Amino acid sequence: MSSLQSIAIVARLTLREAVRRRLLWALVGLTILIVVVTWWAFSRIAEASPISGATQVLGISQILVMLAFMFSFVLAMTAVFAASPAIGPEIESGLLLAMLARPLRRTEVLLGRWLGLASLLIVYALVAGYLEIGAVALATGYVAADPTAAPPYLAAETLVLLTLALTFSTRIASVAGGAVAVVAYGLAWMAGVMGGVGEAFNNDLLRTAGTATRLILPSDVLWRGAAGALSPTTDVLSASGVNAAIYKFSPFSGAAPSPEWLLWCILWIAGVLACGSFLFRRREL
Amino acid sequence: MAVVSAGAAQDSSSSAAEGREGGTPAIETRELRKQFGRIVALTGLTMTVRRGEVFGFLGPNGAGKTTAVKLLLGLSRPSAGEGRVLGAPIGDLATRQRIGYLPELFRYQGWMTAREVLALHCELARLPRSGWPAALDEALGLVGLADRSNDRVETFSKGMQQRLGLGVALLGQPELVVLDEPTSALDPVGRQDVREIIRSLRDRGVTVFLNSHLLTEVERVCDRVAIVDKGRVVAELAMSEVRRESGVGIRAAGLDPAAIELAGQYGPARFDGEWLTVDGIAEDRVPALVAQLVAAGAAIHAVMPSRSTLEERFLALLGTEEPTGPAEPPGSRKDDP
Repeated sequence: MSSLQSIAIVARLTLREAVRRRLLWALVGLTILIVVVTWWAFSRIAEASPISGATQVLGISQILVMLAFMFSFVLAMTAVFAASPAIGPEIESGLLLAMLARPLRRTEVLLGRWLGLASLLIVYALVAGYLEIGAVALATGYVAADPTAAPPYLAAETLVLLTLALTFSTRIASVAGGAVAVVAYGLAWMAGVMGGVGEAFNNDLLRTAGTATRLILPSDVLWRGAAGALSPTTDVLSASGVNAAIYKFSPFSGAAPSPEWLLWCILWIAGVLACGSFLFRRREL
Repeated sequence: MAVVSAGAAQDSSSSAAEGREGGTPAIETRELRKQFGRIVALTGLTMTVRRGEVFGFLGPNGAGKTTAVKLLLGLSRPSAGEGRVLGAPIGDLATRQRIGYLPELFRYQGWMTAREVLALHCELARLPRSGWPAALDEALGLVGLADRSNDRVETFSKGMQQRLGLGVALLGQPELVVLDEPTSALDPVGRQDVREIIRSLRDRGVTVFLNSHLLTEVERVCDRVAIVDKGRVVAELAMSEVRRESGVGIRAAGLDPAAIELAGQYGPARFDGEWLTVDGIAEDRVPALVAQLVAAGAAIHAVMPSRSTLEERFLALLGTEEPTGPAEPPGSRKDDP
């Protein structure tokens, strides 16, 4: 049996568990609820203040970006709560003992877990993201700068958090690992804000701190990509009297990450998974 | 639990012969050592388990038994030393396909049914998919879970989960089955079932490595035992030898020193005022001894053959021998808790 087959077995097991334990159904239910509430709320906003002028469009876009921010937070928490108990508690309970006595490597268990959870979270992020953006467009007629790009960025941000929490799960108790991952996520967002301020006001120290933090945990790079994609076009900003150069550094705005940053995100995920594999292999069962 | 299927039993005779005559031992370790930081769990494990035998691995709590099992299965890496399982270095991935394992800490996916858990292990053990239904039915039947096969494992009692673990270990007709405390959660009926399963495995030529602290369980099914203490094998014993070491206890009155000296000709003898114990006497010589004692004027009230028990040997080897008393009457021996 090749490694890929072993990884696929564990990934399928992870997905089956998510379905059987009703995680999938909980996510589906929440998505439907959020989309309906979003559509209803934006419809009321549109009724109260018909979308005509550039300022109204800017207002709608800001509410949508904030909604996306909350959604990215929910995705991050889902990733952390799903990944934190994925390895460690199964070692402690003895569940993995019988499995690992089979022709199955620990790295294959880790990658299978990652693949299973990643598949679930990517589908959730894309489906829920597009439905929400669609609901806002339907209710208000607002079309963001690059609406199709936002959900993939949110999905990628979720993968970063999933990878971090899963790696922690190989060595740290699930509660501690989950808490550290959540705090790291918050700090990365704050550092992104600081970096934006440094960029806007040409402050090297803040700029460097922001870049260093993004290198350590690139979740904010991807969030900024999603926020930028949901922001209004430059024309709308100009018509609203907003300085586009300054606007893009606000906490709820951004720009598409460069190809170098996207490559770094991929390398970061691969590197952290390799680190998780090393830690897992060194762990005593 | 059902008895092993006819097909499997048929295979057994050939594989039994093959197994027992196989060139490489089932398990062979040399100075296997495991250290956790400054704590030494295994000092230097050296032992050989032959193909096709039921091998008991005994020792007091903390002797390093479970650590040794994990090393043999590749679940833990040795700090030093070497070992081979089924002819391959320990930890070899492909060899694990031929090994069945019931962990001491048995736990299976509670959200799955018993049949699904077994199917998962069929998949992990690379069994051909076409053979799964038969393998699942056989395993469920063997461990007595056929009527609960579609129930979720989380609804099972601890004993039923251990039975399921045993079924998982038996999937795919493994060449070596490693059972770590396999009866810890079972009632007496369950223990009896496990003994039957172990005997049927032996008949099929499967090597069974039984890690247990239940000496009477081990005594009843094992061919040989290794006793470990402080991470090292202190003795390897063939159970046939342990059983051969018999004696007799004679409850007698009116024994004078000359009569006790006479008994001493049959084997080491001692008299505590009520019981005369003679060790190592063959059973067929007991009537002659009794006749001589009667002729010497002794009144014989009872004659009780006694057998040396594994427990006595175990305690003696670990230096915690109990004070010698009168011969233990047969059938009065208590099972371990």
